[in-house]
Parts: sequence; structure tokens; C-alpha cells
Amino acid sequence: MGLAGRTLLNLTRTTYRLGAFGLITLGVTFTKFNTAPKVIRPLLRQQIHRAGVRLLPMVGFLALALGLAIIGQTVALLTQVGAQDFVGTVMVAVVVRELGPLIAALIVLARVGTATVIELGTARALGQVEALEAMGIDPVHYLVMPRVLGLAVSILALTVYFILGAVCSGYLFAFLQDVPLPPGEYFRQLARALQFQDFILLALKGVAFGAVIATVTCYQGLAQPLRLEEVAAAATRAVVHSVVVCVLIDAAFIVVYLLM
Amino acid sequence: METRIANPAAPPLLIEMEEVAVASARPPQSILLSGINWSVRAGDYWVVGGLPGSGKTDFLAVAAGLQRPARGTHRLFGRDLTRLSEAEQWRERRRLGLVFDSGGRLFSHLTVAENVALPICYHRNWTPAEASQRVDAVLELTGLTELAQRRPGEISYSWRQRAGLARSLAMEPEMLLLENPVAGLELRHLQWWREFLAKLARGEVFVDHPPMTLVIATHDLQRWADSAKQFALLDRGRWLLLGDRRRLSGCTEPVLRELLATDTTAG
Repeated sequence: MGLAGRTLLNLTRTTYRLGAFGLITLGVTFTKFNTAPKVIRPLLRQQIHRAGVRLLPMVGFLALALGLAIIGQTVALLTQVGAQDFVGTVMVAVVVRELGPLIAALIVLARVGTATVIELGTARALGQVEALEAMGIDPVHYLVMPRVLGLAVSILALTVYFILGAVCSGYLFAFLQDVPLPPGEYFRQLARALQFQDFILLALKGVAFGAVIATVTCYQGLAQPLRLEEVAAAATRAVVHSVVVCVLIDAAFIVVYLLM
Repeated sequence: METRIANPAAPPLLIEMEEVAVASARPPQSILLSGINWSVRAGDYWVVGGLPGSGKTDFLAVAAGLQRPARGTHRLFGRDLTRLSEAEQWRERRRLGLVFDSGGRLFSHLTVAENVALPICYHRNWTPAEASQRVDAVLELTGLTELAQRRPGEISYSWRQRAGLARSLAMEPEMLLLENPVAGLELRHLQWWREFLAKLARGEVFVDHPPMTLVIATHDLQRWADSAKQFALLDRGRWLLLGDRRRLSGCTEPVLRELLATDTTAG
């Protein structure tokens, strides 16, 4: 079998196993959602704190920086060419639909996703996962479910904060550049450009990115027997796979936007 | 769902294996042991001896229902695990405790007390505060009270191994499976383990608890030759059932001599 054939076979196998792991996680989430809540809910809060609250300063900084660098310039340029009426449309298309969810997802992947693979991969390599099973505790319920729900909530929340920060800092830049666009008009245009579907799809996208990143990173850490020296390679694989799947999901959402 | 009781007068069967073959959990998943015919009854005290690499870990994983046998029938507490739903399998596993080697495989981010509390909190849906009385009792039984708030990385290997035992006893299981429990322990810990397991086997540790069924898989058989009641050997893929202590002394298998000569105790 040639290189292309092997690559295709590996891709098919990984997709199949990842899909199966995702379905198992989904099944456990539904069937054991209310099992041992006094143990699982603190873990969920811990994940939200770790992937959401603790990343707020970083997301705030990026929102400010990108708002100043990209959005401020866009507003200034659109005003220069007399296209200030399109500011809202451009902002919604760039920040709300694309940049916000993607930036939040990439930050969480970099800071929490890789750590998840290392934690779970090490736990697997040291036999701690088998120890859980021996205690009658389902590892998917104890280790994976809180991460999937926690990351889904966190990425959605960080996306909202990123959008708010970027939109406000973007206007700050425009204001400092003496762009003749009053704040009332700027926010009115944004409100006009935003549709009800944008809120729904934004929520779905944030949740999908969170669930996918958590599932992929947990799969790479847990779903196969690992030795300690294999954990680093698993973390790299998890990042690549997460980025690819997030981009594919993003593409699917673009198709949905175009069809609407 | 199947429940078998062979003789109502005899103690109940906890483990039954018929023509079981055990495969390695790691790739290439080759067959490590085959032809295992074995029964463990309530109150038994088994020692399964095998040299390093003989398949003890995978054998115990199959015995505990964590791993499926490659062939044959395995019943745990009278029930064929392959015929049980996943929820039922999880329930059956709670009835046994498993003590791993290599320092008990504790969670390094949890303290000793939190490690011991984990199965109690999970299965009874208790907060750590609600479980504290039970946890304190288990820690006291195992002499770990003073180390309760330490993390596994802050205590010695011997204490970690003991914490692994405390965690597996937290739910007061009916049967305890142990893998190389005293390998690499300091001498004072070794003595403690031998006495504590003997007490467990006599039912003297927990109040209102029958004698605990013990299965120890080990490569230093001499530590248990005078305390265990039944013996079996794993040798190059073979399962050699010896039976009671009399059979052990009469056994001429070369592997037995090696196992009786092995001393892995440090310090």
C-alpha cells in the first residue's frame, strides 16, 4: 500500500474511533448525567474555572489587541471609502461569526486542551484509569464528561466576552483616529446587522468547538494504551486533530450562514 | 442473566473460570495464559505465583472483570460478565477491591484522604464532609491518619502502597485482589501487610464483616507460603493449580523453586 493509501486508511480509522468515542461520551452524558452529582458537579465547576474564568484575562487582552489592530482599522478604512454603512455587517461577519468563536477555541485548545492530553495520557500510562475502573467508576463519566461540558460552556462564554471586548476596543481605536462615526451609529449598525440566527449559531458553534476539543483531547489521552514517552506525541496529535475538526465545523457553519 | 449455586452448603463461588485464556491488554494482544480452570469461594485465601512477565497483571484484570478473557467462560459472583449490561458490570465490580502494585496507582492531584474518599463519595453520592467519618475509620485501620492530608508524591512508596490498600477497602468489598502487594516495601511495612491481610482473612478487621476472600498475585511466593490457604502458579503460558499448602510443599515444578527463592524486598 502506498503512502496515500496508508494516510487514507489512518484517517478513516482515526475518524471512526473518534466518532465512536464521541458517541460513547454522548451516551454516558445522557445516561449518567445525574449519577454522583456531588462528585461530578465540583469537577464540572473546576473545568469551567480552568477553561473559562482563568482564561478571561488572556481573552480580554486578545480582544483588546485584535479590536485595536483589525476592527479599528477596518472601521477607519470603511469610513475613508465612504462605506461606513457597512461597518455593522462587516463586524458581524468577521467578529461575531468567525473571529470570536475561533479565537476562543484556539486559546482553550492551547492552554487547556494540551494539558488535558498530558494529564489523561499520564493517568492512563500510570494505570490510574484502570484503578478507576477497578473502583467501579466509569472513566468516561468521571474524567471525560466534566471536561466536555466544561469546555463547551467555557468556549461559549469566552466567545461572548471576546466579541464584546473586540467590538468596544475597535470603536476605541476608531475614536482615537477621529473617524466621524458616533458611538450611537456604530452600535446601531451592529444591532441592525445582527440577526436572531446569529445568536443561535454562535451558541451552537461555541458549544460544538468546546465539545470537539474536549472529545479529541480526551480521546488522545485516554482511548488507547499509552506509555509515558508517547504522551507528548499524543498531545501534538490532539492539537492537529482539534484544529482540523474545528475548521471543518467552521466550514459547515459558513455553509449554513450562506443558506440562510 | 445467570446465577449458579452448585452446592448450597458450600461457601458461594465468587470467581469461576472455565478454559479461560488471557490476552495481553497492550498490543500485540497475544495470548499470555490459557487453559485456566479455577474457582474461588468466599473465605478463600489464594496466592497465584508467577515470575515477572508471566501475565499476573492481565490475569488479575481478567479475574476482576476489567478485561475480557480471550476465550472461555468467566463468572464473577456467579454471573457471566459477558451477559451483563454495562451498568450491571459496573455494579458487580464494586463488590471487589483491587490493589495494584507500583504504589497503589493513586491520583497524584488528590490527597491520601481524598483518594480514599473517592469511591465512597462516587458510589454513595456523598460530599467529602459526609464521607469523612468513614474515611477516617479506614485511614486509622491502615495507620494512615497522620498522612491523610499529604499527596502521594509527598509520601514514601511503602505508604503509597498502603494508601492503595486503604482506597480499595473503603467500600468494604467482599473480595480483595492484590498484585505484588509487598514488592519493594520496607521491612516494617512488610510485617504490617502480612499481619493485616491475615486479619482480613480471619474477618477481624471490619465489624460485622465475614472473613474477606483474598487473591494475591505475586512473584515472591515465600512471603505468603505460610499464611495463604490455596496456591496456583503461572508458568510460561501455563496455569498450574496446586491447591492447599500440602500440595505446595509436594510440588516439583522448577518455577516454584524460583518463586520461593525470589526476594524483592528493599531496605
